[in-house]
Amino acid sequence: MAQTSHGIGGLTYDPAKKARPPELNVLMALVLITAAFELIGRVFLGDSFLFNTRDNVEGIFNWQRLNIIILQVSIVGIIALGVTQVIISGGIDLSSGSIVGATAMIAMSFAQTELVNGNPNPKAIFGDWAMDLPVIVPVLVGLGCGLMAGFVNGALVAYTRIPPFIATLGMMVFARGLSRWWSNGNPVSFPTEGYAAIGKGMMPVVIFVSLAILFHLILTQTKYGKHCYAVGSNEQASRMSGIKVNNHKVLVYSIAGMLAALAAVVLSSKNLTAQAGMGVMYELDAIAMAVIGGISLQGGRGSILGTVLGALIFGVIISGFTFLKLDAYYQEMVKGVIIVGAVVLDQWRQQKRGRG
Amino acid sequence: MGDNGAGKSTFVRQLTGVEQPTRGQIVFDGVEHSFASPIEAREAGIETVFQNLALADDLDVPSNLFLGREKFRFKFGPFSVLDKKAMRDATTQALIKTGVKIPNLMNTIRNMSGGQRQCVAIARTAAFKSKLVIMDEPTAALGVQETAQVENIIRTLKEAGEPLILISHNMRQVFDLVDRVVVFRRGRIVANLRKEETNGQDVVSYITGAKTGAEFEGAA
Repeated sequence: MAQTSHGIGGLTYDPAKKARPPELNVLMALVLITAAFELIGRVFLGDSFLFNTRDNVEGIFNWQRLNIIILQVSIVGIIALGVTQVIISGGIDLSSGSIVGATAMIAMSFAQTELVNGNPNPKAIFGDWAMDLPVIVPVLVGLGCGLMAGFVNGALVAYTRIPPFIATLGMMVFARGLSRWWSNGNPVSFPTEGYAAIGKGMMPVVIFVSLAILFHLILTQTKYGKHCYAVGSNEQASRMSGIKVNNHKVLVYSIAGMLAALAAVVLSSKNLTAQAGMGVMYELDAIAMAVIGGISLQGGRGSILGTVLGALIFGVIISGFTFLKLDAYYQEMVKGVIIVGAVVLDQWRQQKRGRG
Repeated sequence: MGDNGAGKSTFVRQLTGVEQPTRGQIVFDGVEHSFASPIEAREAGIETVFQNLALADDLDVPSNLFLGREKFRFKFGPFSVLDKKAMRDATTQALIKTGVKIPNLMNTIRNMSGGQRQCVAIARTAAFKSKLVIMDEPTAALGVQETAQVENIIRTLKEAGEPLILISHNMRQVFDLVDRVVVFRRGRIVANLRKEETNGQDVVSYITGAKTGAEFEGAA
């Protein structure tokens, strides 16, 4: 339609008010940060961040680094996909890291192998009956636990009307306690070959990318997705329009719980062990990825694409600091600055649009 | 019409199922109804434009029009796939019907003026087969130009033969747009007048209580 068409009463439409998709800004940030590392690397280390500088390897790019960038954010990225949906619906989920810990312990207990180098499994949780089960059993048990935890989160938020922050904070503490109690703080180890295959090599990336595509389609093309944005944008209007807001919330948190559990399965499989302290701070990293990716904490705005870009920014920063041989402490500090910066930028953008 | 607190909005909220009446009955289209929610009232054919626009700021126009009653390409529980094209086409139809001009349908409501938002809210009632449209002070928060714009749309709807209940404080607007004036005072209907048989002075005296008519019960 014409950009300057007039409405009745002489109202004009200002094309400047049309917002640039926020994903574009995130993409630009990703490019800038990557370019910064490339530049610093060339100037100070005489080495390239992105490109292949060795003669004994094929390819233009440093594929090893690129693989690591995405691999190290894939598992938290899976959680971030669920957290994104929760935030778009106007909520928040602090429990995902602890759900990772608890479901990793539980799932791994059903994934153990009976004999380790000919000796009985020293970390066995259950008796013989739980040994060498088909891989589908621990996966379903894990996903089931995550689903249950998410369902409880959603039910608390929807029906007791306590703030999502409190409901999921409770779940966070509870699930962490559960993961310590499960085996008295001992690690659960030695999984079957089938289970170990889930998180082997680049499998976490494959799982993360497939899920990202799946949930991108769900959020943009289905009723569930539309209602996420509607509920996060104006809950009362959604209710008056006939959307079953409570059911929707339960579903959103359940999906988030299940994704956290899936991340737990992948992580414990990759590490070949489950520990009670697994997933600590993952919930905050996941929220940070979403926020950096342009998901508004007020709800109603954002996309899976944004979160994926946010996750990549995370990965680039971690790899970049390793590349520059800087301490991990700096990573944390810079991450903190970037999170706050992303939110501040989002707010400025909103104010600018509100005034215009 | 009626003074502040005369019960106009309460009356509408009960008609549309937002609040439950403590007594009396709602007879609509020859059938007695008790609406537990606005959705039930809507299913019976009563569409309402509420005072606090029930729109989601972050959604585009078609999504707002079809909020809670989306069209689907195929159904699969919550993951039913939306038929965006059908909704966009139906939105264009509804906008033509009401004479609303929105430059870009795919823009979010957030970026629109108050008048445009109100137009979307009204177009929403026209997108579906309704037997009655109720508007609760549709121009209360609008400027002069935007009020004229909304009034034009109401006129278009009226000429198309849509039954309308308009709640308003604005005497000029009421006499401009309606066929019949119902006056509320202290929670009761004190007058139900044909426009031709009354005038502003007359209505004001009913509103202030200077003149009291026979009491009408449940005149919907």
